[in-house]
Amino acid sequence: MMTIKDIQAEIVDEFSMFDDWMQRYEYMIDLGKSLPLIDAQYKTDDNIIKGCQSKVWVHAELTGDKLSFTADSDAIITKGIIAILIRVFSDQHPKDIIAADTNFIDEIGLKEHLSPTRANGLVSMVKQLKLYAIAYQTQLK
Amino acid sequence: MEKTTLDIQKIRKDFPILSRTVNGQPLVYLDNAATSQTPKQVIDVIVDYYSGYNANIHRGVHTLSQEATDKYEGARLKIQQHFNAKLSHEIIFTAGTTHGINLVANGFSSLLKKGDEIIVSALEHHSNIVPWQMLCERTGAILKVIPMNLEGALEMSEYHHLLSDKTKLVFCNHVSNALGTVNPIKEIISAAHKVGAAVLIDGAQAAPHIKADVQALDVDFYVVSAHKMCGPTGVGMLYGKEEWLQKLPPYQGGGEMIAEVTFAKTTYADLPHKFEAGTPNICGGIAFGAALDYMNQLGFEAIAAYENELLEYATEQLLTIDDLKIYGTAPKKTSVISFNIKGIHPYDIGSILDKLGIAVRTGHHCAQPIMDFYGIPGTVRASLSFYNTKEEIDILVAGVKRAISMLS
Repeated sequence: MMTIKDIQAEIVDEFSMFDDWMQRYEYMIDLGKSLPLIDAQYKTDDNIIKGCQSKVWVHAELTGDKLSFTADSDAIITKGIIAILIRVFSDQHPKDIIAADTNFIDEIGLKEHLSPTRANGLVSMVKQLKLYAIAYQTQLK
Repeated sequence: MEKTTLDIQKIRKDFPILSRTVNGQPLVYLDNAATSQTPKQVIDVIVDYYSGYNANIHRGVHTLSQEATDKYEGARLKIQQHFNAKLSHEIIFTAGTTHGINLVANGFSSLLKKGDEIIVSALEHHSNIVPWQMLCERTGAILKVIPMNLEGALEMSEYHHLLSDKTKLVFCNHVSNALGTVNPIKEIISAAHKVGAAVLIDGAQAAPHIKADVQALDVDFYVVSAHKMCGPTGVGMLYGKEEWLQKLPPYQGGGEMIAEVTFAKTTYADLPHKFEAGTPNICGGIAFGAALDYMNQLGFEAIAAYENELLEYATEQLLTIDDLKIYGTAPKKTSVISFNIKGIHPYDIGSILDKLGIAVRTGHHCAQPIMDFYGIPGTVRASLSFYNTKEEIDILVAGVKRAISMLS
């Protein structure tokens, strides 16, 4: 199984093929479009991440000792970012999710999305995924 | 279409920031309703202040303090003259529009009782909604709302129905920040006065485009922010009729605002100092005066005429894009265009435009009730200023088209 670090390295590698922002964004938009649909029952107000200009729903599920995520957004670039985060963090052990850093975001040229002023709330998303991990980690203990 | 009398290329040279690049592209700054850019004439004043006569005002006997006080009070006179207030002490320096609104809302806490009514328009910025809701919570007063129509204009017949002898206060913006609608404030003010209600007009969005005459309007309170009109952030003005400012209790306690202090009792200073506790934003106030000088030297009529020319051009050009819808189509509006593309989130459009060096605002523009009215999450808002050009509008239109092709 790939570790979070492995997956991040793989994504950095993929993004390194792009010459400019347009190609990066087009790829992200494609990722957003191909993000598997979240089960409609989880698209509730309770599952909305606060602090995003676009709406973002996240649902977490524990299978064995692995945590997986499904999500959706009404904005396509945001959806692309979620798709990347889900690829990195889904099907991982909660303790690894808690320990992981997100420096790869900078490396793939999406640094601007890490700014706290950026209303897409990438920071809020990462925080929410980690909060789920913390909650389920407690459950595993 | 009339050609402007302003030399726009020369004006652009006054704004150092306009020559920078963003993401490798020349900056196209179309977020003027959020904050305007600062001309070097104002920047120079800020630099001169800190390099020449930075001192605390009103109290020092030394020369620097005297110079700073003269300039600061000189700025108050410029503001008085600009807005045509009868008395200079009717001009209160604030930290900005929001501060001015809160100052008045707080003052009315002691003047309202349960069952009194206050009226607010459906077109308000959150800063002109929340302080009044808080005031209602404190006093038991009831908040009523003037509804809007699909064009983004207020339903004035409804307003006249809402007014009664229970109405104590009316709040409305002069121009809507989200849609650019120019509201009929003269009618709003005179109708409110007929039932004995006071009126506060939020002039934040109007001030860069329209020179308001507070005496002609007969308005009770008028608030603006300097940073929307070529001045610095963190400073603004509250105009209040002398009789009202005398009636309102001070908002904050501290230095500057007192006449005499003992531990038994403090007597408050006269206007305007009663509302200016603590060391004010001295440099900001002086720079605010310089910003008014700058804009007046261009002339508000010439500014409004040119911005209207830009608005017409931008509206016409944006409407050539399929599936583009403009929100806010009232006959009287300032140079603000709020729009969406069918099936595309405004955030996505804004993100792509940013990569192209184009600064617009996306989101609900701190006016969620308006977005709820239209049933949309937000809009893309391009707000134009006198230093923008038709070429920049062409860049915006091309940028929106490019964003659509990437996002569809």
